[in-house]
Amino acid sequence: MKTDDLVALLSTNLEPVDRNAVVRTLCVAIATGAILALGIAFVGLGFRPDLTTPGALIFLAVKVAFAIGVVGLSLAYLTRLARPGGERKISPLLVALPFLVVVVLAAISLGSAPRAHWERMIVGDEWLECLLSIPVIAIVPFAVSIWAVRKAAPTNLSRAGAFAGLIAGGVSAMAYALHCTDDSMPFIAVWYGGTIVLCTLAGAALGPRLLRW
Amino acid sequence: MTTLEIELKALMLASLDGNAASYRSLLDQLSRRLRAYYKAKFAALGRGTSEAEDLVQEAVLAIHLKRHTYDPREPLTPWVHAIARYKLIDFLRRNRASLADVPIDQADEVMANDDHRGAESTYDIRRLMGRLPKGMQCAIEAVKLDGLSIAEAAKRCGLSESLVKVNIHRGLKTLAALIARETRT
Repeated sequence: MKTDDLVALLSTNLEPVDRNAVVRTLCVAIATGAILALGIAFVGLGFRPDLTTPGALIFLAVKVAFAIGVVGLSLAYLTRLARPGGERKISPLLVALPFLVVVVLAAISLGSAPRAHWERMIVGDEWLECLLSIPVIAIVPFAVSIWAVRKAAPTNLSRAGAFAGLIAGGVSAMAYALHCTDDSMPFIAVWYGGTIVLCTLAGAALGPRLLRW
Repeated sequence: MTTLEIELKALMLASLDGNAASYRSLLDQLSRRLRAYYKAKFAALGRGTSEAEDLVQEAVLAIHLKRHTYDPREPLTPWVHAIARYKLIDFLRRNRASLADVPIDQADEVMANDDHRGAESTYDIRRLMGRLPKGMQCAIEAVKLDGLSIAEAAKRCGLSESLVKVNIHRGLKTLAALIARETRT
């Protein structure tokens, strides 16, 4: 076929396009992923029984704020990474900020506690449950974010995959926080931070295979 | 910013609003630039330039299918270049060529030269269209080849108007995938 014929075909009866499609699709996907993750956490694990007591609420707020910080920053990056050439203009280091804040708070709380409490503060009661739950709950929001990025056109697939994984991890951590009764900063830094990083690495590894267009 | 960038960006913005004449002029100019770009790349890689036209058409189709990802606040050249380069690397990977030799290039390179010697690609779109599901085939033929309006096409194909639009988009996407498979040597 002649290229001129292809050009003629494509420009015949051209439809206008929605310029906000990329951002809107991503936002809808993340919102859907968050609702599904909350549902999975509620049905699969149940919310913590002391949810409305002030002590629980403070740590719930810390966990959710950390997760929202991660999701918000990575969503801002992903809206760029989802576009051709979007990876050129950004240095994604800012996304480490929520992790840095949590690690600093964890260090402060360890520093002000006696050494004998450290192990309990870091390991908590349910470290294994946390280690498994966040990546498992992240699967559904990850699938939805990948679907949204596929509608766009990323040109750095592992980086776009990593950020989809990061968002999924953050969304999942937010849902898991409603169940988790381990209330200490070191626990959040190690197990929440660690599992979200794990989701990011998984996303980076899967990106090139899932996002090709 | 070059005058070419300003001119093409204006055409792109009009195209996003649905201006077919602007779009035709844009794709026409872009395909000439892409032709020169791919020929130069293939020559640098020691490959023949006969495959360049296939890749030009793949890139033009990709630009069409992904035009909603263009951010109007950004210049057009880097966006076109990113697609062109992505499709080049995808093509070489499909054909098991070494990617180590693909030089890093500047965005401007994609617009650097103009090559209007349009050639035929190696595939026949009519034949490939025969492999699409009926609804997609009918929608593309009616709207894109015969120039019917969406409403007329809906009547002819027995589909709702929104389904005609969906079928055109999906059909072109499937065609692009078929072409990619076809041009694997």
